[in-house]
Amino acid sequence: MNRTIAVSTSEFLISARNRWVTISIVMMALFALVLSAAGSAPTGDLGADKLSITVASLTSLAVYLVPLVALLMSFDAVAGEIERGTLALALAYPVSRSEILAGKLLAHLGILGLAIFVGYSIAAFAAFALDDEAATGLPALVRLFWTSLLLGAVFLGIGYAVSAITRRPGSAAGVAIALWLVLIVLYDIGLLAAVVADSGGTFTQSVFPWLLVANPADAFRLYNLSASEATAAAGGIAGAANAIPPYLALASLVIWPVAAFTLAAAAFRRVTL
Amino acid sequence: MSLLTLSQVTKRYDATVALSDVSLNVTEGERVALLGHNGAGKSTLIKIVLGLVAHDSGDVSVVHAPPGSLAAREATSYLPENVAFHPSLTGLEQIRYYLRLRKQNPSGANALLERVGLQDAATRRIGTYSKGMRQRVGLAQALIGHPQLMVLDEPTSGLDPVSRREFYAILDELAGRGTAVLLSSHALTEVEARTDRIAILSRGELVANDTLAGLRRRAALPIQLQIAARPDTADKVAHRLSGRRLNGTRVDVTCQHADKLERLSEIAQLGDLIDDLEIVPPSLEDLYAHFSRGGASP
Ligand SMILES: Nc1ncnc2c1ncn2[C@@H]1O[C@H](COP(=O)(O)OP(=O)(O)OP(=O)(O)O)[C@@H](O)[C@H]1O
Ligand SMILES: [Mg+2]
Repeated sequence: MNRTIAVSTSEFLISARNRWVTISIVMMALFALVLSAAGSAPTGDLGADKLSITVASLTSLAVYLVPLVALLMSFDAVAGEIERGTLALALAYPVSRSEILAGKLLAHLGILGLAIFVGYSIAAFAAFALDDEAATGLPALVRLFWTSLLLGAVFLGIGYAVSAITRRPGSAAGVAIALWLVLIVLYDIGLLAAVVADSGGTFTQSVFPWLLVANPADAFRLYNLSASEATAAAGGIAGAANAIPPYLALASLVIWPVAAFTLAAAAFRRVTL
Repeated sequence: MSLLTLSQVTKRYDATVALSDVSLNVTEGERVALLGHNGAGKSTLIKIVLGLVAHDSGDVSVVHAPPGSLAAREATSYLPENVAFHPSLTGLEQIRYYLRLRKQNPSGANALLERVGLQDAATRRIGTYSKGMRQRVGLAQALIGHPQLMVLDEPTSGLDPVSRREFYAILDELAGRGTAVLLSSHALTEVEARTDRIAILSRGELVANDTLAGLRRRAALPIQLQIAARPDTADKVAHRLSGRRLNGTRVDVTCQHADKLERLSEIAQLGDLIDDLEIVPPSLEDLYAHFSRGGASP
């Protein structure tokens, strides 16, 4: 444990020096500000408080942004150390590879958490300024925060696995971006196309919900929207997903980070110099 | 007590045989130098000892544990060749980090950096360090926690002559306290004076493994007697000793170790014809070339 903390302290320092802390905080803050400005128009007809509506739009934002930032922070973790030549020495120390990876995860998750916290807080302040009832939406915001961390952990783990498997920063970056595109963008488009073609058949009834839960980003969206008052504000896929109990989506969000980290640790163990 | 034992270790990289049937051991307080041409297999041997590379056959025991095991890594310190650190950390932060990994108090970092002469640069980023300064950070981390075994891959590369001397002084001190040291090097002259035993690898084979005196005896390379004759006597001296005249006064005679005293007395009998005499034993370069060549022949 001490060694994991030593690794994470050092990783945090490196990320701070590389401006990763600043970049991710500024990015999240900027998007939250834009969202709040866009959502400041009166929306009384939805019947939800301002904060709940903000949470709904933050959810659809976080689904893209959190995985992206997580992949950008993690793709270099192993490949970068191989390229710089710093890995051999680290591996000669009495620290296990899982401890090294866990230390990196702790640091990166901390930075991601900081950025998300700043971004969401800005959005929450804006909502409170516009609506006295905004406190009703607080539980949804808190839920959004910790599920965002879970989503971040999934993609950090995936990033480490990619980094350890490719062993080259260039290839790792390429594969990471491709994965982001497939898992976050194309997956949903594909499902949507299938649902449209199926027009309410067995696929839509029995296969589609499972495919949705199986994707961590969709599970994240489902869990937050199904538990939220403002489902109507988000629309889209959410309507079709009402059939899925929220606990399944949550289970997916908990299993994914563990699976991704296990995969990354296994890939890292295979790395020889 | 042997702290590092390799027996009949073989390692192949596809077609290349990096190590072939190598047996070597290093005991407590002993400093062993590993020599060999580029690509001889020195770094490969060192990485096998650290468990960074797996060997194909043979046995390796590192402080009585398998290489790469937690026990072995706890007892061993390592300086890789071309050591690298993250450029955005300062020397102090980097050493503190390594201290924590060895469960030592991070406040010892300043003392370690001072020991390698980096106290003034301690709070500067390693990205701004010169090559030799980075090498010293590498040395500082290798000194953490009185290791039982130190494995150093070209530790003096990039160091200036004064730093090299300081480095060997630190090594002497550690060896005095019982640390076993295995270091690879291309700097023959420093190794000659500062280590207890010399192991020479050639194309993956261990072609020599002995003290310097032992190597000299085994190689039986000729000793050179450089004679300075008096003016106009050089020809005569060269003739009487059947030596080789180099210039107006200098005559060279070579002989084997066993014949040395006999030859010297012959020279002494020439009395007034001789101005001066110098005895030049085979240099480590000669020895190295002798053994390296022996191993390289197929
Ligand atoms: N990862 C690798 N893959 C393939 N071949 C390798 C690998 N590492 C080393 N070799 C080969 O093994 C042989 C021994 O290399 P090694 O690095 O041990 O040499 P060395 O004695 O340390 O040389 P130098 O003095 O240049 O540092 C070389 O022929 C090298 O090309
Ligand atoms: Mg080498």
